[in-house]
This record gives sequence, C-alpha cells and structure tokens, in this order.
Amino acid sequence: MSLRYILQRLFYGFLLMIGVVVLNFFLIHAAPGDAAEVIAGEMGGITEEMMAQIRARYGLDQPILVQLGLYLSQIMRGDLGISYHFNQPVTALIAQRAGPTILLALTAQILAMVIGVVLGVLASRKPQGPLSGFVSIFSTVGYAAPVFWTGLMLVILFSVVVPIFPVEGMVSARFRGNGLEYALNVAHHLVLPASTLAILFLAQYARLSRASMIEVLGADYVRTARAKGLGEASVTFRHALRNAVLPIMTVAGIQFGNLISGALLVETVFNWPGMGRLAFDSVLRRDYPTLLGVLFFASAVVVIANLITDLSYRLADPRIRTGGR
Amino acid sequence: MLMKRRTLFGAVASVLALSVAMATAEPRRGGELVIVSGETPRHMNPAVQSGVATAIPGTQLFASPLRVDENWDLHPYLAESWEWADDGLSLTLNLVDNAVFHDGVPVTSADVAFSIMTIKANHPFQTMFGPVEAVDTPDEHTAIIRLSQTHPALLLALTGALCPIIPQHIYGDGQDVATHPANTAPIGSGPFRLAEYRAGEQITLERFDDFFIEGRPYLDRVIYRIVRDAASVTLSLESGEGDIATITDASSISRLGGIDGLTVTPRGFEGIGPIQWVAFNTRVEPLNDVRVRQAIAYAMDTDFILNALMRGVATEQTSPIIASSPFADPAMPTYPLDIDRANALLDDAGHPRGDDGTRFTLVMETIPGRDQALGNVPEYMRSQLREVGINVELRASPDFPTWAGHLASGDFQMSMDIVFNWGDPVIGVHRTYLSTNIRPVIWSNTQGYENARVDEVLAMAGSELDTAARTSLYHEFQQIVGAELPVYWINALPYHHAFDDRIGNPPLSIWGMMQSMDEVYWTEDR
Repeated sequence: MSLRYILQRLFYGFLLMIGVVVLNFFLIHAAPGDAAEVIAGEMGGITEEMMAQIRARYGLDQPILVQLGLYLSQIMRGDLGISYHFNQPVTALIAQRAGPTILLALTAQILAMVIGVVLGVLASRKPQGPLSGFVSIFSTVGYAAPVFWTGLMLVILFSVVVPIFPVEGMVSARFRGNGLEYALNVAHHLVLPASTLAILFLAQYARLSRASMIEVLGADYVRTARAKGLGEASVTFRHALRNAVLPIMTVAGIQFGNLISGALLVETVFNWPGMGRLAFDSVLRRDYPTLLGVLFFASAVVVIANLITDLSYRLADPRIRTGGR
Repeated sequence: MLMKRRTLFGAVASVLALSVAMATAEPRRGGELVIVSGETPRHMNPAVQSGVATAIPGTQLFASPLRVDENWDLHPYLAESWEWADDGLSLTLNLVDNAVFHDGVPVTSADVAFSIMTIKANHPFQTMFGPVEAVDTPDEHTAIIRLSQTHPALLLALTGALCPIIPQHIYGDGQDVATHPANTAPIGSGPFRLAEYRAGEQITLERFDDFFIEGRPYLDRVIYRIVRDAASVTLSLESGEGDIATITDASSISRLGGIDGLTVTPRGFEGIGPIQWVAFNTRVEPLNDVRVRQAIAYAMDTDFILNALMRGVATEQTSPIIASSPFADPAMPTYPLDIDRANALLDDAGHPRGDDGTRFTLVMETIPGRDQALGNVPEYMRSQLREVGINVELRASPDFPTWAGHLASGDFQMSMDIVFNWGDPVIGVHRTYLSTNIRPVIWSNTQGYENARVDEVLAMAGSELDTAARTSLYHEFQQIVGAELPVYWINALPYHHAFDDRIGNPPLSIWGMMQSMDEVYWTEDR
C-alpha cells in the first residue's frame, strides 16, 4: 500500500464528487418552480417585482450553465454557497448537521455489525437449529421492511404503547446541560433512530456472516484446529471468524452509502437534526445550494469510507497486504 | 369558545378552571414555555418575512408600536398613545421613553421611521404601508406617519408581526435587509432576547431583563421547537414535551381535545383568518360562466364537508372575509345543496349531458401534502360533482412550487387553496379580487376575476375612515362576489390552539402567538 495509491484513490473520488454535483445540479434545476416561488409561498404571496429581486439576489435569473459555472468555481474555493432558506453559509449548516448524522450512522453501523455478526456466528454453529431459523426469518423481514415503515412502527410503539423513548429530536427541548448529562440525553434520543437504521443492516450482516462462517467452518484448517484439540470458542472466534469477517468488512464499506441514504429517511421520521432532514427539506424548498452541498458532502463521506475500507481490508488480510506472496 | 373535552363535565370543569385561573391567579414569574411547530422559519425578522413561523419568535424579539386584544381593540405597546390628524392623513405615535434594544441602545422615533419604511420596501404585504409617504421624527419619542391618502388599516398594521421595530443602528448599515446577518441573530426590544438558534431545529429565547414594561415578561424562557409534521406536534403535546401549539387538522384536534390537562380552542386565529376555498379560473371555459360556478356551489354539501370530512371542528365560510371579522357580511348569498338547481343551471349554461351522462371534464389542482389536513375535499368534489354530470380529474402536484406555478401561470381550471385574511381586508382580501392585481404570482388575483364595481368599492373601502361606512362598502363587495363566485369559499380552516391548562393568560388575542407573550405565565410549577 503506497501513498501514490491513496492519492490516486482520492483523485478518483474527487472526480466522482464533481460528477455528482454536476448531475444533481441539472436534476434539481429540471424540477418545475424555483426557490423564489417557495419563498413567495412562505411569505403568503409576493409581488412580481419582489420575485424578480429574489431571483436576482440568488442568481436564478442567470442562464443555467452560468449558474453551474459559478457554483463550480465556488466549490473550488471551498465555498458551498448561501442557503436560500436559512440565509446562512451551507458549510455552517453542514457543520451543524454532520455531527448528528455521523453519530446516527456510526451507531447504527456498529450496532448492526456487532449484533449481526454475533447472531450470524451463533446461527452458523447449528445451521439447522432454531436460532439459525430465527436469524434467517428476522434477517429477511428486517431487510424487506422499508426503513421508514420500521421507523414509523417504532414511533407508534414507543410514543403510544410503551412511551419510554423519545420519538423526535436529538435533545429534549428543555434540556440545558453539558458533559455526561448531555451525552445521556442524546443517547436516550438515539435509541430509536439508531435501532431503526441498524435493523436494516443488521439483517444483512447476520445473513452474510452466517453464510461466511458456515463456509469457513467447513474448511480444512478448521478441521485441523479441532483435531489439535482446540476448544470450540477458540476455533470459532480465533480461526474461523477472522477469515469469515473479510467479506463482511467489504460489504460494510460498500454499504456505507446506503447507510447514509438510510439515515436520510430515518432522520426525517424521527426529526433527527442531521443532514438527511436538511436534504429532504431542501428538496421541497428548492434550496439548491444546501441540497448540492449536502450531496457533495455525502459523496465525500462515501468516498472516504470506501477508501478506509480498502485500507483496513489490507490490514486485516496479510495476503492482500503482501500482494499474495 | 373553549371546547374538546372528553366529557361534558370535563369540558365545563376545564372552562371554569381556565376562566378562574385567568381571572384570579396571580401571575408567577419563572418557567419555560415550549412552543411546538411543524413550520421552519427562514429567520426571525418579520419586517421582511411574513408567515407564522417567523412571526411567533419574531414578535417575542421585536416590540411593535401597538398591540391588539381578542376583541380587535388596540392597546399601547412601544407607543404609549397615538393620535390621528383631523384630515386623517397623518398619525402621531408617542413612544415610551424607557425602551431599549437588547444591546442596550435606546429605541427612538428614528428606529420607528426606519422600520416602517423598511417594511414598506421589503414586506410582501405591500398594501400595509402603501400609502405611507414618510415618517417624521420631531423628537426622539415622537413619530408622525404621513399618508398620501386616508388609510384605515394603518393602526392594525402597527401591531404584532406586521410592524416589528428593528434597530436602525444594526440594519441601517447598507446591507440588504432581506439577507442581513442580524436576521438570524436579531436584536430587538421585545420581552425576550435570543439565547440560541439552531437552524431548522430550535430557537431558545430568554427573558430580557431591561424590557420596557416593568415586571414583564413573566416567563424565563420561550422555546420554539421545530418538529417534523403535524403528527409530531400532536405527539409532542401528548407527551408533555411541548406546552402549546397550533393544530390545523381535524383528527389531531379531536384527539388532543380528549386529553386531560390540555385545552383546545379555535380562539386566537381571528387575525389570520384562514379560509379554504375552491379557486375558479374565470378566464377559461366553462368556468367563465357564472352559472357553472354557481352550479358547482349548489352541488356541494357543506354540511357533509364540515361534519363528516372536517369532523365538526371547522366552521362554514360563505364570504371572502372571515366570519369573525367585524367587516364580515352575515347575510351572504348561500348555496345550499340543491342538485336539481345545479343541473338546471348547467343545462341553462348550454352544457347538456352526453351519452355517458357527463357534461364536461374539469381538472382540479390539489395542494401538495395538505389533503388530509384540508379534509380531503378534492376527493369529495370528484364524487359529488359526478352527480351533476361534471367529471373531475385531480392533478396532484409533487410539491409547492409546482402547484404555485400552475396557479400563477393560469395553467389551471379549479384549485383548492388556503388564503389568510391577515387582519384587515386591505391586507389579505383585496389582493384576490382586484382586477389590478391579476399577476403571475401566487395569491394574487390568479382567478383572473374582473368587476369594475368591485374595484371601485374596494378602493373606497380601503381609504374610508368611518367604520360604519367602511363596513357597508365591504358588505356591498361581499354581495357582489358572493353572487359571482370567482372562488367558492368552503370553510374557515379549523386552526386551533392546544395548550397546557396550567398556562395563565394564554396568547389568545386575534394574533394568537404572533404577538408578545410577556403576559403569559405558569399558574403552577410545571
């Protein structure tokens, strides 16, 4: 693994992000109406002159290619523009929202991976057993259920039937505090959205790790390890799991994009103040700079996540690290 | 009217308890009030942004010259008194001498003059201060508003969110006020100042200790919590996370009305005057024929809409002026359900039924995402108008800009719509019916309606200072449009306030929460 390899991957990632911006720029502008009409709606109606002023203020009266050129030159300077809706720099909005989204996505990812792998491993030890059957059914249902539906079901369950978890927001409206108290308040609010998102991916990790472990547990070196008299736990976790985990890590990297898009839906359902809700609202408001900024940032996160996956994959498997020698 | 308790006993007990609390309880200092809303403000400066979302926090941050109570009576606020000139062409405001902005700078007449001229130049309601030519400031505490013509709506336009006094020393720095950085970090002279702003999530306001009314505000904090949608607002009130909210859909009103500890009332929206109507494009056939529009009105069963679709929480609206306004005409032409008459009108208009029983097809625009809140009226109309041979096709726009674009460009036949009166007819009513306001923008006269007498009457009513004469002019206007039906008014939207019973002096003036809440307090510890 060389520095050149990393730089090359980063360069490709940058090109990809520019492609994402250009594509989305045209897609967004293809939708009927613009921000001026949204603002007019929020205002309760405005005059033609004010509409013209708004369009001029945001450059919406320029030809679309000019708008694209201006936007790309802004990006190159590290400026994602000003939100039409919030009148704030998009970078500030993203900085405010990125933390909650990353917290949600990473918590869900860790939950999904840990629980999914443990379930998969346990199920793989007795492929025909009841636990294996449960894992298969749970995985299928969890994967098949749309994430927003799962979220809404949890909202109904925990707001009406068992009101023990907050169903909206990241911090209680009245909460004022710092440190551990704040962390606990956030964690309390995090339970439902993180669980909703984790259920979707947990299903995939459980099925994948179960299949992978079943295959590995049948390998010669596992039989040899058992013949040497190693305990079952040692065989499973030291010898088999380490090999079985490689495809899981690959999928984890690939799935990160899906995780982010899943987070967008979950944030909307649970009113989680992350980038997902920001993106959702920006679509409805035709807030082009904010939406493009969020997409730009999300694509950067996915590119970086995939790069980290590649690097960790090499660290975990000596055969890749040494080029198979 | 206070309402919506699980039982009659509960209702009576609740009303009595609230009345007693409002009448006798000693205001207590302290506590927080959490307002829950599904509306996200763009910023907090109502001088350049209308709408409820900005108005609620904006009126806590910025004081206005006057305020108004639940009976439409005006009261001093930043202006301790006011006086019309004999010719009605100027209004003198005498300001209190102890008001300061949150940064400690005194509020002067120069700020009042700057604010009014800024609002005139930037606010979407151009008619509010349209006749204002200048604001003179003979001394620091006197502002004289000079008018080009008499303007009876002026006093109401000086209340609540319509006239926030913004600091000239901050907004007068040459930057565009509409996008001024201070809009998201406002400095006003209202009872609360900004403590924290998390865009799209929460606005926290804290008591301003140097507020010019001694001993006020009572609350320590007002928190404006932004949630996802109407269902989240309801859940938040049920769980106690929120204390007060505007509820707009019938099912939530019914649901919350059955919860002990919450009061649900339609009071506090008289100023907004939210009306649901069907807009007709009067420039296109067959809707350019008044008989067709009347036939559609006769084919509608208003009782069914109000009692079945709106669950009995909305009130009938037969006029362009909200029924709670002093200018509303109580003797409007009505269109009770009469299928035979509707058929006769359509036959008379030259639209016989075809072989399949259909006379013609109309396309109805629906407002995105609002069907349930608006009682699914479009679906009802589709089935109901089939009775008289009109085939209705619904065109659902994916989002607001698409729908607004259809109406603004005239690319529609019929559309559901929600329009607010905004206190005085000059502000929120004239715009829909004046032929001079047929413009390609939403909530103008997008119906393309033209009537010279209506134009004349509205012009006179807009400058008539005598209330009785003005009322008479508005009655004439209402009779004309009631007969010609450029729009078919269905109901006043069931906007309700839902709030914790322990809130003392709840904000139920005609502007509801869109006016200072310095008098609101908790009757007991929350």
